[in-house]
Amino acid sequence: MVILLPYLWLAIFFLAPFVIVLKISLSQSVLAQPPYTPVLDLTAGWQGLKEFAAQLSLDSFRLLASDSLYLLSYVKSLQVASISTALLFALGYPIAYGMARAPRAWQPMLVMAVVLPFWTSFLIRIYAWINILQRDGLLNDVLMRLHIIDAPAAWLSSDTAIYIGMVYSYLPFMVLPLYASLEKIDESLLEAASDLGCPSWKAFWLVTFPLSLPGVAAGALLSFIPIVGEFVIPDLLGGSESQMIGQTLWTEFFSNRDWPVASAIAIALLGLLLVPLLFYERLQQRSLEGGRT
Amino acid sequence: MKRGPSPFNVVSVALGLAFLYLPIVILVIYSFNASRLVTVWGGWSLVWYRELLNDEAILSAAWISFRLAFLSATAATVLGTLAAVSLTRMGRFRGRLLFSGMVYAPLVMPEVITGLSLLLLFVALNVDRGFWTVVIAHTTLTTCFVTVIVQSRLIGFDRSLEEAAMDLGCPPFRTFMTITLPLIAPAIAAGWMLAFSLSLDDLVIASFTTGPGATTLPIRIYSEVRLGVKPEINAICTIMIAVVALGTVISSLMTKKGASQRERAALGAPV
Repeated sequence: MVILLPYLWLAIFFLAPFVIVLKISLSQSVLAQPPYTPVLDLTAGWQGLKEFAAQLSLDSFRLLASDSLYLLSYVKSLQVASISTALLFALGYPIAYGMARAPRAWQPMLVMAVVLPFWTSFLIRIYAWINILQRDGLLNDVLMRLHIIDAPAAWLSSDTAIYIGMVYSYLPFMVLPLYASLEKIDESLLEAASDLGCPSWKAFWLVTFPLSLPGVAAGALLSFIPIVGEFVIPDLLGGSESQMIGQTLWTEFFSNRDWPVASAIAIALLGLLLVPLLFYERLQQRSLEGGRT
Repeated sequence: MKRGPSPFNVVSVALGLAFLYLPIVILVIYSFNASRLVTVWGGWSLVWYRELLNDEAILSAAWISFRLAFLSATAATVLGTLAAVSLTRMGRFRGRLLFSGMVYAPLVMPEVITGLSLLLLFVALNVDRGFWTVVIAHTTLTTCFVTVIVQSRLIGFDRSLEEAAMDLGCPPFRTFMTITLPLIAPAIAAGWMLAFSLSLDDLVIASFTTGPGATTLPIRIYSEVRLGVKPEINAICTIMIAVVALGTVISSLMTKKGASQRERAALGAPV
């Protein structure tokens, strides 16, 4: 009884839409509203089903495979997501490690401080960076006053700006799982290592780091998956010469009004993310249900 | 881990927090800048806030977003709490894997996919797009966040209280209302707040599922930002940050008070 309401809601508004996306990705575009052809006519019974099946086409997927524009934006998305995740790990690990080593009484406050920006608007935080990175913005101003550069540099509309935006927006997603796994590590293990004459850098590498790996996996997945499909950050901070897949989908849908191709892009993106998504689901279930006996 | 922090630890945490907060602080400061240019400081001024009060389009978008966030957060809290209760209390049931998959997937699903698929659903159902379709979309998006927050609380607490009530003949529904619900109330409140702020923030899903007459605040801000930095946008952003900061402080105080009350109750002291 209790479960019926959320179950039905998610089935109708989360699961069913994917089936429709799949269906439309297999249809052909026409100049009409809605701009795609085969509509499944259930009243026509078996005959209607057969006609529907005959009309399905792989044209949209063929287009995706043949036009290098789409392939390039997939590659670009994967590249941005991989590099951003690596940067996030490199920056996030020392922060999470420092938080775990801070005095106990401080730790809830530090966690709060990392979470708080996540509660303020995503769009606002990206917009804040435009203030800083634009041509007559603060970064150029500071750098020129320090005589590091002579003329204002173009920070905005570049891949650098995209990486700054990604790292900035997804830092809490990386730091919190890392902190959660580092904070749980039993101090006596490190004491034992040092009693047995293990130098502390080696103890970190042999004890702390392996024990924090679940946090590394969770943080990496929580950043990598949404970054691949990110739209707002590359659109506002990035340049126009190459698009990420989220932008390509957006353009196909809103500018070109080619719904079947947009749907095909979504299906292909989902396929790309299937493996990391499944990994993430398993992690999430294990961490939430592991506490139960 | 409890050994004291090294200088390296202190520096990395301090730099990390500076990186997280500096852009926001800069934005807030520049919303009070009398000059239109970011690099020129024209003295403190409230001119952009006054300008904002005359901007009909922004104000109506803000009102739409506020109502939208309130409705979808409330619906998501009910659905998310029910989902969390069934996931933690019902053990294994048929379709559990599918259910938990549907609950956790929207957390990381790229927004362009969720938005596009919901839009195509509304088109297939022949529903006119507008305010209510965005409410449905945001409810679907935020339910999973509420579920995860409430679920972690449900796993954490002592089930013996529930069992004691049921042993004493309290029917399950009443046990839930009088024992479980008050105990998980802080998590439910936190879930509602998170759902509210996520809905207030969302641009992509709202852009896909909205229709004429339902321009939300993020859509409005986005279309302005694309044209360049405007000081009025700094002002509206500052107001939104202030609202969120206030809400967070209040909710953390509430949680703290609730926690200390529970601790005292657990120790047998009068509350």
